[in-house]
Formats: sequence, structure tokens, C-alpha cells
Amino acid sequence: MSRTARTAVFWCAAVAVALCYGISCGHLPAFGGPFHPYADRAVPTALARRTANAVASVNFDQRGFDTLGEEFILFTAVLGAAIVLRRARDEHVVSPRSGRVLPTVRLAGTVLLPVALVTGVYVVAHGQLTPGGGFQGGVVLATGLHVAYLAADYRVLRAVRPRTVLDLADAMAAGAFAALGLAGLAWGSAYLENVLPWGTLGQLTSGGIVPLLNAAVGVEVGSALVVLLAAFLDQALEIETG
Amino acid sequence: MTPAGILVDLTVLLVAAVATAAVRTPDPVRQAVVLSQLGLLLALLFTFLQAPDVALSQLAVGTVVTPLLILLTVRKIRRQGGTDGGAGRRGRGGDR
Repeated sequence: MSRTARTAVFWCAAVAVALCYGISCGHLPAFGGPFHPYADRAVPTALARRTANAVASVNFDQRGFDTLGEEFILFTAVLGAAIVLRRARDEHVVSPRSGRVLPTVRLAGTVLLPVALVTGVYVVAHGQLTPGGGFQGGVVLATGLHVAYLAADYRVLRAVRPRTVLDLADAMAAGAFAALGLAGLAWGSAYLENVLPWGTLGQLTSGGIVPLLNAAVGVEVGSALVVLLAAFLDQALEIETG
Repeated sequence: MTPAGILVDLTVLLVAAVATAAVRTPDPVRQAVVLSQLGLLLALLFTFLQAPDVALSQLAVGTVVTPLLILLTVRKIRRQGGTDGGAGRRGRGGDR
């Protein structure tokens, strides 16, 4: 297709999208207005099920099946990346040279690493109470671990990140989410039904199945991201062609 | 207009400006840095729109993971490109 034809097609599509988008936006309820059909249903349901964080209630209780799908999207994406980035037959591993680290950076890293890990666990564990949850906490855990690379070098990062264990943890946590749903079938009427006792609103143990699913997602996301970053870091630092 | 509304409008304008800057940055290394700023601004915007859960995800993924993956990819490509001078040196091509 020639350049002029491509530009013409683009402008046709752009005008069509802009028109449809503009018309749809005109029909939206006003921003900050009193019309909230979903919140009016989801928030009372969340509170009735003793889950203080309504978003966590929607994600893990009211629409838990959607989250199962999202969890496996991440799982298969990381699996695909790890397969594509694995060491091929014509590649060999070189030992990365250890870099010079300023003492202040080393000190800051040593202090920050445990703080970041505790923050990650906190965000996962309080998913049913405060903003955050398995995904957010898992990402904090995974990225926090890489402070070891900033404060020391790649060999130290490899020591604090047992790849085989995390590979297994990733798969088992993803499976645990799916398996927890079976409890709903066994003791309730539907897959992923919240059959556990709901507890007291605002307590760490409230929300029934929500904290358990959050923990599974936290382990899954945390280990999946570490495995993903490990595959990229190996390629960027260690693996050479030929 | 409410103060929250002004904050939202201001952040939307900033997001649009930084997003345009990201598109107009040809060098992937610089682009990763601009993307990280864009992630930070989006996280702010989500916070002002009272979506702290989304803001946390955006902060972690948009500000940290995506730019890091871009930087690591660029470093791998540069190493393979036969630029021996920069092959073993840390800090070049943004290996962190």
C-alpha cells in the first residue's frame, strides 16, 4: 500500500473513531455525579461479606472467575517469555563482572531491601482491608528483591532469588487459586463461591476466601515477575551468542 | 470547579504532554525514562480519581517493570551489536 493510501485509511479510521468516541462520551453520566449503578450494588455486597476493600471483594469474591483468567494470562505470558529467552544451543554463559558499588548505595540497599519485602508482604496480607492486594504486593516483593542487584551485584541477586524454587512457587500458586475455587463446588453451589466464614469487618481474617486468594495471587505474581526479570537479566548480562 | 477537579484536569494535561514526549523520543533508552515518568503521572491521576488500587499497580508496573524490561532489552541488543567497548561495562545502556 502506498504512503498516500495508508494516510487516507488512517484518517478515515481516525475520524470514525473520534466521532463514535465523542458521541459515546456525550452519553456518559457526568463526572463526580450521583449516578453509580455498579457502586450502589458492589459496595453494599462487599460490606455484607465483611470485606472492607470493595475492590478486593469485586476482584476475588464477586467476580473471582475473572481474576482467575487474569492470573493465568500473567502465568502464560511469563511462561512464554521464559521459553523464548532460555539459553539456546548456540549461546554460552559468561560470568558477569562484579561492578563497583558506592558504600552509600550499599548501605541504602541493605536498609531498603528488608523494608521493601515487609511492605510487599503487608500489601498482600491487607488486600481485603486497604488498597492493594496480591498483585500490587507481589510486584513490590519482586521488584524489592532486585535492590540486592543495585546494592551488590548479580551474583548476590542470584543467591537471594532461588530460580527453581520460584518456578515451582509460580506454578503452584497459580494452581492453588484454581484449587481454592473447588472448595466452592464442594461446600457451596458454585465454583469460587465464598464458602469460608466471613469474619468481622476490618479484621485481618475477614472476607472469607479473599485473603487466601490474595495470598495465592501474591506468591504467583511475585515469583512470576522475578522469573520474568531473571530471564531478561540472564540474557542482558550472562548469555552471549556463539 | 472543585479543587479535586482542577487536580484531575491538570494531571490529565500533564499525562497528555508526557505521553506525546514519549512518542516523540526516538532513542529507546531515553524513552524508557520518559515512560517511567508517564507511569508516575498516571499513578497520580488514578490517585486523584480515587482509584488507589489501580494507582498502586500502575506505579509498580508502569514506573518500574516496563522501563526496566526495555532497558534490559536495549542492553542485550547493544552487547550483541559487537560494540566491544561497551560490552562488559556496567552502567552503559542502563543495565540497572
